[in-house]
Amino acid sequence: MIPACPLASLPRGEALRLDVDPPIAVFHTDDGDLFAIDDTCTHQDASLADGWLEGCEVECPLHASRFDLRTGMVDAPPAKRPVRTHQVVVEDDVIYVVPSDAPPNLPPGVTVKGQA
Amino acid sequence: MNTVCVVGASLAGLLTARALRDQGYEGRLVVIGEERHRPYDRPPLSKDFLKGVIGEADLALEDDGEDPRIEWRLGVAATGLDAVSRRITLSDGTSLVVDGIVIATGAAARTLPRTEGLRGVHTLRTLDDAHALRAELESAGRLVVIGGGFIGAEVAATARELGLGVTLVESGPAPLAGVVGLTMAQAIAALHEQRGVRLIAGARVTEVTATERAGSLRADGVRLEDGTHLPADVVVVGIGAVPNTAWLRGSGVELGDGVLCDEGGGTSVPGIVAVGDCAAWWDPAQGRHHRIEHWTGARQRAAVAAATLLSGGTARPAPPRPAYIWSDQFDMKIQFIGRADEADTVTVEEGDPADGRFLAVYRQADRPVAVLGVNQVRLFTRWRRQLETMPVQAG
Ligand SMILES: Cc1cc2nc3c(=O)[nH]c(=O)nc-3n(C[C@H](O)[C@H](O)[C@H](O)COP(=O)(O)OP(=O)(O)OC[C@H]3O[C@@H](n4cnc5c(N)ncnc54)[C@H](O)[C@@H]3O)c2cc1C
Ligand code: FES
Repeated sequence: MIPACPLASLPRGEALRLDVDPPIAVFHTDDGDLFAIDDTCTHQDASLADGWLEGCEVECPLHASRFDLRTGMVDAPPAKRPVRTHQVVVEDDVIYVVPSDAPPNLPPGVTVKGQA
Repeated sequence: MNTVCVVGASLAGLLTARALRDQGYEGRLVVIGEERHRPYDRPPLSKDFLKGVIGEADLALEDDGEDPRIEWRLGVAATGLDAVSRRITLSDGTSLVVDGIVIATGAAARTLPRTEGLRGVHTLRTLDDAHALRAELESAGRLVVIGGGFIGAEVAATARELGLGVTLVESGPAPLAGVVGLTMAQAIAALHEQRGVRLIAGARVTEVTATERAGSLRADGVRLEDGTHLPADVVVVGIGAVPNTAWLRGSGVELGDGVLCDEGGGTSVPGIVAVGDCAAWWDPAQGRHHRIEHWTGARQRAAVAAATLLSGGTARPAPPRPAYIWSDQFDMKIQFIGRADEADTVTVEEGDPADGRFLAVYRQADRPVAVLGVNQVRLFTRWRRQLETMPVQAG
């Protein structure tokens, strides 16, 4: 489990980028739900934490593909592949992310450090 | 409707075909495309694909497991249309009678007169164009780009990153001035110059010079009106695009600068819609037909065009959103939304243009009408949202 931040420091409607490798974005939706996905868009090197959060979806800040935070599924091009999702746990008012062990769907040209 | 034919197998055609299925159309769906390729994405052709960072497979627009039940007819062009009988004639001599038609034939790069057949002179619109240009850039030393629109500026940046000496010739006061306005265009121009592009603005090209090599003529430079000769191994002509509507002449479908459409993509002929770079939709805010030649234009309008076709024109389209444009040049993510020509002021509200990281807001009186971001992705997104959700004002 990766500690993200105290629950109180991530207000609703906001996102936080965790500098792990590859980076993870944690979202607090307007309805009060918490979600974590890989921060890097599956199309190109954009940070989804910089995107636009609406309901349970985040819109990529570059080319506006939308990802469902619950499933990682993408709605329309240019992105084609889903983004990897992670589990979120809140314990003692601290947000933790349980990183997925599925392989990430990083965009072409972006690699995890230490791997080809 | 039993048969719908989409003419043009690229972004607008694919997205409209998908939207037809999403909106419940169950009949036969034929997509005709002049290029032999399955739909692919064009923006990387002047950026990462030209640079060699990504390959052909990365350009595919279709999802792996996707099956919208499309009959593809690729490598054939529509050559004519009879709007009364709804017969489309094709370049392979066959024809097709259909019920509904989606015109999505896009645009073609405008060429420079008297350069036909000259080796070393390129335009960039298709995958084949990009392959040809990339092959030449690999061995070339000097590139001259004619035209400072988005494609010209992107090719200049990519070639510079590949190590070529690059000169960009622009007839207006600065590249991109037509879109982002003069002040900000000059700021972006300075960033190009910082990164090694030689810019010549306010200059007209009179000819592309050539020498005979191995039995054919090959470009060796560009001559300007004032007599200056710019030597070049490769010349890229980026002087805009013309809508692919020649096949519609005499068809009864009304044409202007593109296929003239109403606010929902309906053409002058019922049962025929047009979408994407070939289509000039009526823009109520501007009170004129307006052709949008940007990616998100096709994406936002595909579902509207499909609804118009399926409803017989009774679907009420949502008001058009201001055009959002993106471009990558060097390390700069450039994002723009709105209309700079409506503004009377432009102010930098974040960062400093000299650092290549800033956000500028264009205003008419106090009302923001456009926003430019250079490497300000997060802040720009917030502004874009604000402009997209602002009530449209009649102009
Ligand atoms: C190099 C390049 C870089 C770009 N970069 C950006 C960018 O960074 N940002 C941005 O917003 N936009 C960019 N664009 C613009 C964007 O790609 C277009 O807006 C988009 O491709 C429009 O899609 P379309 O389907 O309407 O037309 P097109 O993509 O032009 O497709 C039309 C298709 O129809 C086919 N066709 C034409 N005539 C016929 C016929 N008679 N019969 C059958 N088929 C026919 C053509 O062969 C073509 O495949 C770029 C374009 C290019 C060329
Ligand atoms: S980088 Fe996210 S859609 Fe292109």
